[in-house]
Amino acid sequence: MTNKMITLTIDGIQVTVPEGTNIVDAAKKAGIDIPVFCYHPKMKPVGMCRMCLVEVGRPVVDRNTGEFVRNEDGSLKIQFNPKLETGCTTLVSEGMVVINTSDKVKRGRKDILEFLLTSHPLDCPICDKGGECPLQNLTMAHGPGTSRFLFDEKKHLLKHYPLGELIYLDQERCIQCGRCIRFQEELVDDPVIGFSQRGRSLQIVTFSEPGFDSIFSGNTTDICPVGALTTADFRFGARPWELNAAASICQQCAVGCNLTLNVRREAAAGGKVVIKRVMPRQNEWVNEIWICDKGRFGYHYTEAPERLTQPLIRKEGELVPVSWEEALGFVAERFRQAGKGLLTLASGRLSNEDLFNLRKLSEGLGGKIALYTQMSGGEQVMQVGLAKESNLAELGQGDAILVIASDLHQEAPIWWLRVKQAAERGATLIVAHPRPTRLEKFAKHVLRYRYGDEAGLLLAMLNSLSAKRPALPERVSTLWRDDQVQAAAKAFAEAQNAVIFFGNEGVGLQASQALAQACLNLLLATNHAGRPNNGLIPVWQRPNDQGAWELGWRPLPNLDEAISQANAIYVVACDPAGDNPTLPLTPDFLVVQDLFLTATAKLAHVVLPALPFTEREGSLVNGERRVQRYYPAVPPRPSARADFTITGQLGKLLGIDLEDRLASKVMLRIAAEVPAFSGITYTALAYAPEQWPIIGREDLYYGGTTYENKQGIGVQLPNALQQGEQVTLTWPSLAQATEINGGLLAVPVTKLYDSGSTLVHSKLLDQRRVAAVLWIHPDEAAAHAVQEGDLVHLQFGEASAMATAILDKTVPQGVILLPRSAGIPLLEPCAAQLKVVERSYER
Amino acid sequence: MKRPYLLLRHREIPDLNDLTVYRQHGGFEAFRKAVTSMRPQEVIEVVKASGLRGRGGAGFPTGLKWSFIDNKNWPHYVVANADESEPGTFKDREIMEGNPFQFLEGLMIAAYAVQANVAYIYLRGEFWQLAHQLDRRIQQLHNAGLLGDRLFGTDFSLRIYTHLGAGAYICGEETALLESLEGKLGQPRLRPPFPPSVGLFGKPTIVNNVETLANVPLIIEHGAEWYRSFGTEKSPGVKIFCLSGRVNRPGNYELPLGTPFRELIFEHGKGIPDGKKIKAIMAAGASSALIVADDRALDTPMDYESVPTLGAQLGSASIIVIDETVSVDWLIRKTVHFFQHESCGKCTPCREGTYWMKHIVDRIYRGEASQNDVELLYDVASQMRGKCLCALGEFSIEAVLSAIERFPQDFAARVAQKEPAL
Amino acid sequence: MNRLQEKYPTEIENTLAKYPPDQKRAAVMPLLYLAQREYGYISKQALQEISEILDVPVTEIGQLVGFYTLYHDQPGGKYRIQVCTDLPCALRGAEEFLEQLCENLGIRVGETTPDGLITIEAVMCLAGCDRAPLFQVQTAEGLTYHENQSVESAMKLIRTWQSIP
Ligand SMILES: Cc1cc2nc3c(=O)[nH]c(=O)nc-3n(C[C@H](O)[C@H](O)[C@H](O)COP(=O)(O)O)c2cc1C
Ligand code: SF4
Ligand code: FES
Repeated sequence: MTNKMITLTIDGIQVTVPEGTNIVDAAKKAGIDIPVFCYHPKMKPVGMCRMCLVEVGRPVVDRNTGEFVRNEDGSLKIQFNPKLETGCTTLVSEGMVVINTSDKVKRGRKDILEFLLTSHPLDCPICDKGGECPLQNLTMAHGPGTSRFLFDEKKHLLKHYPLGELIYLDQERCIQCGRCIRFQEELVDDPVIGFSQRGRSLQIVTFSEPGFDSIFSGNTTDICPVGALTTADFRFGARPWELNAAASICQQCAVGCNLTLNVRREAAAGGKVVIKRVMPRQNEWVNEIWICDKGRFGYHYTEAPERLTQPLIRKEGELVPVSWEEALGFVAERFRQAGKGLLTLASGRLSNEDLFNLRKLSEGLGGKIALYTQMSGGEQVMQVGLAKESNLAELGQGDAILVIASDLHQEAPIWWLRVKQAAERGATLIVAHPRPTRLEKFAKHVLRYRYGDEAGLLLAMLNSLSAKRPALPERVSTLWRDDQVQAAAKAFAEAQNAVIFFGNEGVGLQASQALAQACLNLLLATNHAGRPNNGLIPVWQRPNDQGAWELGWRPLPNLDEAISQANAIYVVACDPAGDNPTLPLTPDFLVVQDLFLTATAKLAHVVLPALPFTEREGSLVNGERRVQRYYPAVPPRPSARADFTITGQLGKLLGIDLEDRLASKVMLRIAAEVPAFSGITYTALAYAPEQWPIIGREDLYYGGTTYENKQGIGVQLPNALQQGEQVTLTWPSLAQATEINGGLLAVPVTKLYDSGSTLVHSKLLDQRRVAAVLWIHPDEAAAHAVQEGDLVHLQFGEASAMATAILDKTVPQGVILLPRSAGIPLLEPCAAQLKVVERSYER
Repeated sequence: MKRPYLLLRHREIPDLNDLTVYRQHGGFEAFRKAVTSMRPQEVIEVVKASGLRGRGGAGFPTGLKWSFIDNKNWPHYVVANADESEPGTFKDREIMEGNPFQFLEGLMIAAYAVQANVAYIYLRGEFWQLAHQLDRRIQQLHNAGLLGDRLFGTDFSLRIYTHLGAGAYICGEETALLESLEGKLGQPRLRPPFPPSVGLFGKPTIVNNVETLANVPLIIEHGAEWYRSFGTEKSPGVKIFCLSGRVNRPGNYELPLGTPFRELIFEHGKGIPDGKKIKAIMAAGASSALIVADDRALDTPMDYESVPTLGAQLGSASIIVIDETVSVDWLIRKTVHFFQHESCGKCTPCREGTYWMKHIVDRIYRGEASQNDVELLYDVASQMRGKCLCALGEFSIEAVLSAIERFPQDFAARVAQKEPAL
Repeated sequence: MNRLQEKYPTEIENTLAKYPPDQKRAAVMPLLYLAQREYGYISKQALQEISEILDVPVTEIGQLVGFYTLYHDQPGGKYRIQVCTDLPCALRGAEEFLEQLCENLGIRVGETTPDGLITIEAVMCLAGCDRAPLFQVQTAEGLTYHENQSVESAMKLIRTWQSIP
């Protein structure tokens, strides 16, 4: 990309744009709309639909002198192309004159629209896109008044063709713009749909199993300029103009994609306001205009009938409904009694406001708090986290990205996409993982290490860069001499900007602390911290883990011990007993605050019903340390309350001053107390500057139906370096390798579609959900007499589980992989013993 | 005095498709000469000087095209376009069957000129037998040391592979051909960039027609001046004219460019069967405008400059003769059906326009149409003009517009008659 | 199990050798022909096998079958007689030829004889316009041209097929 600027004239308006811009985008920047169907500002132009026709004139150049020829009045002599040109595929050039409004242009567009309408059904009144359809809108603006095509001769095709169980195709409505196919191929590297046949029979097809097998499929329904592609979730759900829109933030992972929730009051729901669909909301710093299918289809738990509806108190062994007054009074009383013996255990599913109030309540009573998580490193992130003013979209040529111990495609899909795109822009991508992941295809350096060696690998990289080489454990002591490690380290060190993503695949809670420190060291030593577009990004498993760290929450190194010592335990938004049935969770008094009657709640003395994010306000800190706020979309179920409210009300009863009504006021308190949050207010979070490309206004044909962001792009927190603090390089102590005693190392891995307590409510995803399986290398399987499809009994320490074996060559030797949140109680890597209990012989 | 054949030499030399025979007649000397004694640039200069123009239809100067090859990006490829799918075209097939080594030698010289070490021959899928024959001949060339590594002791290495299409006219369009060769749908690419900059597998590529390439050995052997002694100033050389339709002797005729229609049709083709009168000529297969076959037309020289004076193009020189018994509404129904069937579907005007036209021509032909429908057909065709992504769409309207403009009486008659004929 | 890979390892290797190692997808058309030879048409199973051999997503292979007319995703007659009825041939009586041939065989264009031996199809120009009427015969093995045909000569050819047990 050059920085050369080009000046041209469009409809008499002078526009200056960077070299390489096409006419459509240049016009857009000048506020002039050139209609398009196939062109999309996030994809390469293909010039297929021919809708963007304009008249183009170029200055005449004197062949001998190479200078522009001038008219008598001194103006440039312009020669117009007798043919109309496609604005999307024509790049601007100096002195170009574009005409977008002449009769010739209008006539050309009318012609193209007439062609498109010859085969398009006129079913707008029943079309899901009706009201937000570019074809409909453009027809009104540019189209022919009446049809000269004989209705009887229209091509009749399938109207409800399931490309898969998530996306439906209406073959009649498809205008063959290819946006969906190009999105799948170009943007997300899932070419699972394509054109087949030809001419008027050109059709979208899929041959994948399951159909349309991509975790990004829903985005195609946003960019489809007609109602050809619809989600199974929303089809015939409602007409766009009947919907209200609320800004929100996706709560499924640490990316924090901006959402718009479309809601409507519905007779079928007893007159209640319900969520009709989840749409992306533009935030070019976070998710651009995309979201993954988990974010789009995984919201159903918020409306699940199983949700807790009233406070419950255990009376004579049974949990029975009580009033809020009774429940809160009871809990306050018991908490007061517990005093220092109170342990509050909460997770990063909660908002900043919830976590702040919870901590304050606990502190007020002299109790302890603990963050419920399997991954550590938040402090290092506060020190050298991705710096304020960063945007992954700015990484490219000359920059480097290192991803370690995380399968971004499954754990944080939009980050996977953004990292891929950075690599495509020329950034050096280093992927370090014990097994191949989908990101590797785009990597310049692939570093394969053994589970447990992740921190050692990073330290070895650092060692390879300097003459001073602190000793490393034997397992990794010679790694620094490895050519690939050296090459990757060099590339990283020499990069202008560099970012590290670290996850926790194969990394236990303790080890992840060391990993984060090793990341910090590498960043600091190579001067990649404290300035924009540099720093550390944690791939947390929950949407606000980072916020919890910022607000003083820490995991306890020995949770079991803390639990057994506590008199009262307040468990909020987590399910420790569900995750680990062997946990000794039997305090004198157990309060659980959640959406559902979890395994832990079933053990509780009091259960308090909380509100999901869709029914309340709040803010989250994503892995990029961007604070973002979400808004209530539907009215709260009257019987449940927001977490910060419940805690605040308990505070009131206990004489602790907490804000319990307005989340915005809690934020004011956070800002006053937590330096990194200084200056952050709900108003600041609602700041929404103009973004490029311009999306979601009247001209839906341009960017699609992604919502324009009017409710705020959030604010990034400054890291410690940016706040002027000293950050020092300290050497982490590396954990010993796990003893496996003749068994195998069992490693929990995160799969996008898990069977956790939230996602199970999205029935739509049933077919894609991961089951209780174990992945094992064929050689290892043979050594343990395991065959594909075998039901295997697993024993890890106290805990045990059953899983079906899947043979997979990509699994490292000595290891079995097990999905998280699929019913297998494994939170950290540990040794496992295998025993086949049942073999299926059909085959 | 009879001029010896240049391209269809097998008609005079028996068994010319045998490597030994071809070599006995000087075969591969031009290739040896180019590789051992000429710099690549010199080869390009000679071809440029010869004035050879592409025989695939567009008539683009071959040497000039070769000179566009991007020397900053490697490797280079040469691809022979043996897709030959234009209705009425059957010359490349005869060359590849009868005089295959001359074509292969031309391909090899082209590869040397642009320093390509791999050349592909893209044949339409129907040429299955032909592809197998070519494979055997390519193997013979390997065995004879004419293909392979370090040819004639130089640094130049070359391999040739055949690749079969599978039934799609659009794959003759060079960028669609490249897509197809890459294993994708044969849909045309956006241009620019043109293949000499970004072609096969994203690398600089020269695509030439089989007949074009078959000229090259002779030009290298005898020089540009000699070649220019045939044909006209601007359209030098000889051309194979594919004569088909209502003539007594259809077939391939190799004649100098600039030979008048009359000579081809009446001398070589022996005129129209049953003493019927000639009515129209299509000069570029189904992609042509209809030329009213009057005396002026019949006396027009068949070259790249003169045919356009008749409101038509020479294209691939596939001369389809139409006699007085043919009604042009029937004729354009055939051409429109062809293009409708072959439209790749990528761009709107071609995909929708050909489909719409098909419905109208069918109605007209069934006698269910009125004069308004003829006008609508004209409108639809005009509406496609200048808006399509590639030439297929633009070709599809040539016959339609010229038929309605030049033979209105046929339509009037059909509309009045209101019942199917022929 | 990958039948193509197991039965035709050399053919597959030779085909792949034609294209640069990083452009394996280019081999998809030849492999589709191979699949058609093996299965008689291009089955879903065949697509899966090619997808594995080339490491190309199955949709990118399957989509080609509908685009190119010489690939068939449904079984047809053992012999597919494809008569050119395009303009130049039609000017020389190809349409009548096709019609009579159909009559002789007792099937319509696009249909297959009840014994599954013959499918008859009308196709676009075959580059043999000077030798009309003509047709090509597509079988699993490949394609052959038959030019300057009459209904008699065509029926004679067909009878030789019928006599093959
Ligand atoms: C629709 C269409 C079909 C074409 N078919 C053929 C063809 O069958 N054979 C061919 O040589 N060129 C064909 N061409 C022309 C090619 O695009 C290209 O110009 C030619 O191969 C270049 O070779 P030449 O310069 O030697 O003529 C076709 C072009 C179009 C637009
Ligand atoms: S389905 Fe939609 S996006 Fe895809 S090609 Fe058709 S109109 Fe375009
Ligand atoms: S051709 Fe330009 S938008 Fe489709």
